[in-house]
Amino acid sequence: MSRELLRYLLTRFGQLLLIVFVAVSINFIIPRLLPGDPVQTALARLQATGGAQNVDIQAVSAAYRAKYGLDAPILEQYLNYWLDLFRLDLGVSFANFPEKVSTMIGNALPWSVTLLAVATLIAFSVGSLLGGRLAWPGSGRTIKSIVPLMMILTSIPFYLLAIILIYFFAVVLKWFPPAGGVDTTRIMRLDWATTEDILRHAFLPCLAIILGNVGFWALGMRSQMVSVLGEDYITFAEAKGLHPNRIFVWYGMRNALLAQVTALALSLGSVVSGAVLVEVIFNYPGLGSLLYVAIRGQDYFVIQGVVLMLIVSLAVLLFLVDLIYPLLDPRIRR
Amino acid sequence: MSVAQDAKPILVVEELNVHYDTGKGPAKAVNDVSFSLRPGERLGLIGESGSGKTTMATALMRLTRAPGRIAGGSVKLDGRDILKMSTRELRETRLRDIALIPQGAMSSLNPVMRLEEQMIDAIVAHKPGMRRAELDARVQELLKNVGLAPEVARRYPHELSGGMKQRAAMAIATSLAPKVIVADEPTSALDVVVQRQVMQTLGRLQDGLGAAVVLIGHDMGLIAQFADTVGVMYAGKLVEIGPVRQMIESPKHPYTRLLVDSLPGIEVKRELTGIPGLPPPLVDLPPGCSFNPRCPLAFDRCVRETPLLQQVAPGQSAACHLYPEHAALPPLPPMTRAHQELRP
Repeated sequence: MSRELLRYLLTRFGQLLLIVFVAVSINFIIPRLLPGDPVQTALARLQATGGAQNVDIQAVSAAYRAKYGLDAPILEQYLNYWLDLFRLDLGVSFANFPEKVSTMIGNALPWSVTLLAVATLIAFSVGSLLGGRLAWPGSGRTIKSIVPLMMILTSIPFYLLAIILIYFFAVVLKWFPPAGGVDTTRIMRLDWATTEDILRHAFLPCLAIILGNVGFWALGMRSQMVSVLGEDYITFAEAKGLHPNRIFVWYGMRNALLAQVTALALSLGSVVSGAVLVEVIFNYPGLGSLLYVAIRGQDYFVIQGVVLMLIVSLAVLLFLVDLIYPLLDPRIRR
Repeated sequence: MSVAQDAKPILVVEELNVHYDTGKGPAKAVNDVSFSLRPGERLGLIGESGSGKTTMATALMRLTRAPGRIAGGSVKLDGRDILKMSTRELRETRLRDIALIPQGAMSSLNPVMRLEEQMIDAIVAHKPGMRRAELDARVQELLKNVGLAPEVARRYPHELSGGMKQRAAMAIATSLAPKVIVADEPTSALDVVVQRQVMQTLGRLQDGLGAAVVLIGHDMGLIAQFADTVGVMYAGKLVEIGPVRQMIESPKHPYTRLLVDSLPGIEVKRELTGIPGLPPPLVDLPPGCSFNPRCPLAFDRCVRETPLLQQVAPGQSAACHLYPEHAALPPLPPMTRAHQELRP
């Protein structure tokens, strides 16, 4: 590894730490900027909505006070907050007292990560390949006729697409379950029946995300590819007598992908927020649904925990993209 | 390198036409161009920007891209018409028999591949069976031939200077010892010192391979130094072609004369002369000879009739109505008032 590369990696890692630091600090400061006692305010609101009738409010309140020492100086609170974070302690849920927020996030995270990673990866690969083919002069008419379809798909919002899918495939055709991550009666085991159940439930949400994104990637790749194909190195590659497939992949796609990966990094935020909506519609047991339920129930610490989780995972994803980028583009390694 | 005068031509171009389709009809960027090239011959094609030089270079390898299209003619390489080959045959012929040294060497290398990979994939496309060790040895040999250090093989294009990139492109173009090399303004983006080195390298390579070269450019001085034969293009047409010495010392076409006169000399300091006016738009060529609006010797026939290329001296042909009535080009009149006003 060259010294430049090492410096690049260290700089990017430093940026990651900075983002996480700022996110955590804002997450700490915002509630404390509100007038009054955050615990009291939250509990009062909870009581007003009748969301916690069977919970001993005084006990919860006392537990928080003891735990956070909310009368302590702000700097000490800040320090404690960080110490708690290092112990992965994000507080306790109001609505499901005394369940820990970290446990709730831990339960939801695998669902979201798998769904999102698989769906985004498929949408990105399929979309990019389609886009490359759309711009390739050797492609037939059939493939070029899908451009309008791609445009329609990109312009329909995620949640509408999700509702349409539920209507056709779950309500009318009954091929897939309309909601949930797994059958409510299923006992989770590592066997084929469980896996199949999970896959059946994941199919429609996954499809919704793929359909919602594939057009974006296809159209983006198409315009990138058009400009790459106009480059001199494509003409020279042809003059070398290379096979068209080799030119397509190694001279065309390979260069057009650089901008696509940048676009991927930039759009991760919207991909995540779009996925939140899809999860809510499918009642999928991931972070999105958790966040939605927490917001409705004003479950303060859960919201805080999930938002922190989202920010940190976005920062980590951006960091990963930054790691991949120099592998794709040698010009960045300097 | 001496050229056998009686050798069978290796490249024969006949009535080549390349059109760009525009809203106003086809722009005839290459218009009925014919010439031939013997093995080892160095042909320099010269012309102003927009005269169809680069279009011609790409058409010789059938690399013409939309909106351009080859509208007719033939390009016979060793008797086989490149324009009629199947795509597979064409692919096999490119680089192996006819290779391109591209104009924009700066941007002709794939930015994400190491130079050796780009050299190897060219060789492997034509010789699939070669082993890695042989390929590496070949890459080293090719780099040495163009005066590049062995470690350059592992570099990416952005780590090379302009001259190095141009040499690298030459190494690729000569990797299969082609019979014809088409060099499209190989030195256009380089400074004069590097230009000279690159041209010397090209000359040495060509000598070693015995390949014929079509060198395309706009720099009369550079072309004159390199070529055995010089062809002059104007508005898509080849207007004069002949041995380099004759072309410089006794050009027959008025346009060639003006081009030669516009070469700045060291001995006599004088005002730089250009050629008044601009080349005509290719979609809307003037009737008769395309050069007539700018020609100081134009007469009525030039406006009516398109001149054909005809022999005007041994080995020298010109497309001009002054011949065969005149034996040599009459002295050009001093620039008239009208011509002065044509000055851009």
